Amino acid sequence: MDKPKIATAALTGCFGCHMSILDIDDRILKLIELVDFNKSPINDIKEFTTRCRIGIVEGACATEENVEVLKDFRKHCDTLIALGDCAVMGGINAMRNTIPLKECLEEAYLNGPSVYNPEKKIPGDREIPLLLDRVYTCSEVVKIDFKLPGCPPSADTIWTALVALLENRPLELPYELIKYD
Amino acid sequence: MKKEMESTVKNICRDSGNDKIHLLDILRRVQNQFGCVSDEAIDLIAKSLNIPRVDVESTVTFYSFLSKEPKGQIVIRLCNDIIDRMNGYDKVAKAFREELGIDFGETTKDGKISLENTPCIGMCDQAPAALVNGEVVTYLSTDRAREIVKILRLTGNPKKLVQRLGDGNNAHELVKSMVQNNIRRAGEVVFSLAESQPNIALEKALAMSPVEVINEVKTARLRGRGGAGFPTGMKWEFTRAANGDKKYIICNADEGEPGTFKDRVLLTELPDRIFEGMTIAGYAIGAEEGIMYLRGEYEYLYNFLEATLEKRRKDGLLGKNVMGKKEFNFDIRIQLGAGAYICGEETALISSCEGFRGDPKNRPPFPAQRGFLGYPSCINNVETFCAVLSILDKGAGWFAELGSRGSAGTKVLSVSGDCQSPGIYEYPFGITIKKLLKDVGAEDAMAVQVGGASGQMIGEKDYDRIICFDDLATGGSIMIFGPQRNILEVVDYFMEFFIEESCGYCTPCRVGNVVLRNYLQKIISGKGEPSDLDFLQKLGENIKAASRCGLGQTSPNPILSTLKNFHPVYAAMVREETEGLQPTFDIQAALRDSEAITGRKSVLFIH
Ligand SMILES: Cc1cc2nc3c(=O)[nH]c(=O)nc-3n(C[C@H](O)[C@H](O)[C@H](O)COP(=O)(O)O)c2cc1C
Ligand code: SF4
Repeated sequence: MDKPKIATAALTGCFGCHMSILDIDDRILKLIELVDFNKSPINDIKEFTTRCRIGIVEGACATEENVEVLKDFRKHCDTLIALGDCAVMGGINAMRNTIPLKECLEEAYLNGPSVYNPEKKIPGDREIPLLLDRVYTCSEVVKIDFKLPGCPPSADTIWTALVALLENRPLELPYELIKYD
Repeated sequence: MKKEMESTVKNICRDSGNDKIHLLDILRRVQNQFGCVSDEAIDLIAKSLNIPRVDVESTVTFYSFLSKEPKGQIVIRLCNDIIDRMNGYDKVAKAFREELGIDFGETTKDGKISLENTPCIGMCDQAPAALVNGEVVTYLSTDRAREIVKILRLTGNPKKLVQRLGDGNNAHELVKSMVQNNIRRAGEVVFSLAESQPNIALEKALAMSPVEVINEVKTARLRGRGGAGFPTGMKWEFTRAANGDKKYIICNADEGEPGTFKDRVLLTELPDRIFEGMTIAGYAIGAEEGIMYLRGEYEYLYNFLEATLEKRRKDGLLGKNVMGKKEFNFDIRIQLGAGAYICGEETALISSCEGFRGDPKNRPPFPAQRGFLGYPSCINNVETFCAVLSILDKGAGWFAELGSRGSAGTKVLSVSGDCQSPGIYEYPFGITIKKLLKDVGAEDAMAVQVGGASGQMIGEKDYDRIICFDDLATGGSIMIFGPQRNILEVVDYFMEFFIEESCGYCTPCRVGNVVLRNYLQKIISGKGEPSDLDFLQKLGENIKAASRCGLGQTSPNPILSTLKNFHPVYAAMVREETEGLQPTFDIQAALRDSEAITGRKSVLFIH
């Protein structure tokens, strides 16, 4: 029987959740016995080549590209997990949500004290994805099946959740794994 | 100017004995004098009353009739409740805006006139209506709105807006208001008091022992008319039995439930009798002081009510040894509110009487144990006191025979909305909705909201149900919606009302109601999914279970009752989303700002 496929992506965030995935240490060997990785920064596969059983998304939706990737994940994954606070709640990125986008960009590219920008232009190159009017959580854009909060969720949390899901068991996280302060 | 304000504010405080319990009165006077309670005024008041500044400031910001920012000399408060909206609020609002050249929440450049919205002012039977300072103007039209602005500009005097006086005591020289009573059906208990001889009931009560009076009320099986229907005799008994050097009787004349206006009419036509009822209650529970909490919107009745009290004092019906009864001393004062629905909730009302924000209190202790200033207090609705008089007049047995099994006596209903004859109807409990609709001329009604915003909305299949505490309970509000109305819009309005009026103490109420409304609007906008209906149901139940006071415990009712009684309306609006996308996410809208700022279109989402 084929191993279940898994895919991961990082939207707008710090990649810390992916680091936390790698923090499962030697259990990664066990993981590749359990699953095959498809599209993921871990193996650098850029596009889905097949449908996946599980998709894991870290980061919030701050740009149009984030939206595209997230929709792509929804399309290709049976079960979609929002991993970490940015994915679940917007996280640090969402701090800009109380400030109009124009003001944010002007501060960053025109008015900030350390800005050097003789052309006085806000970058609009086609290569740079457009920012959304505000930061959206993953579940504001697509349906999310499971949310694992934490900044980042610990390796043990991720491991426990993944194994439970793969073995089709209810997830039981001990208190230490869902305590965040 | 500054000096002048300083001495005026200090004088106002001194007039109230520099007593913090009169803070609300002081703030009302300062607001009237200066059009606002400024930071300087707040400092001065805090100093004079010797209380923390934050207590003053939080009280100012709590009540809608008080403000820190300057208001015009004249404030037009246009009622925007659902019934007014159905009767042409939009057009009238537009006329006011155009004629004044300002939007709601603004003041004309000359500082003369401010324009504001306000929830139900108790005039649904003559909507659209507005308050102009204390004056009530009713049956508004666009022409009338323009005329009002012209008169105000010319005379600066809201009194000049009253051209034709209303009926009954509305025409009394101390009222002189254009409000109409619209009494359509006078019943056996309350409105029959107009024919019975005043103070006979009080005389009878004083001839009995207090315990006998309470027993009489218990035998009559009287239940409170304010909405919750708690047995009145029992409440009196608890308050009487509670330990306390002093006791208080409080009349709840806050009447803030949207669609309720019967207390307005009782206060206009039977004030003397209401005070008589309060006196009897005072005697029964052993109180020497009574307070009538009058909603700020009914300020136009204030002088008239004060004069009624004064006359009672002169006639020996209030004061020392009432009616010659040795050792029974009793007097009543009126506390004016300042525009806050929550102050109708009894513990919030007590907070407000104590001079501060109208925040509900934790229970227990119940007011009967520890209420106003910590003393045992009994709070009853205006109509409850009227019923007490009839019980003493005509006998508990007679009263208990009236009405339905669990609900003795009559109920005064305030009927408004899509019907031929909106107004006041007094019926014995047990009347069916069908009969009521026939009498008011609304046989084609699509929906009836029983019990105000916090009550429930029923449809045709429930028109055989009866009005009583055990079936369709109501504090008096009956709002009728004809076939042309959009139920979900009505529900949305009610949610808007609760969000505005929540005191904000409990998260389920403060946040939950907002979330409920967001989901409702998602459904109204056609983006809802079947799972949203389950979510509304669950969240609604949670809010009810986890809120501290009656507001949060009832605020989900408009949604829950329509989910139950008008399920097809919701079902027709929702659709299953099969692609796993969120219908509420609109990528084009989300990119609009960026495209404008960078001056280029998206290449990923081409449109
Ligand atoms: C949010 C809220 C608003 C209320 N408003 C009123 C009101 O305007 N008038 C009233 O009599 N009771 C009102 N009540 C009910 C009072 O808390 C209290 O039950 C009532 O005044 C008791 O009097 P009764 O026993 O004579 O009915 C309100 C309750 C809640 C929760
Ligand atoms: S339920 Fe609402 S109104 Fe009542 S105390 Fe809580 S927050 Fe305030």
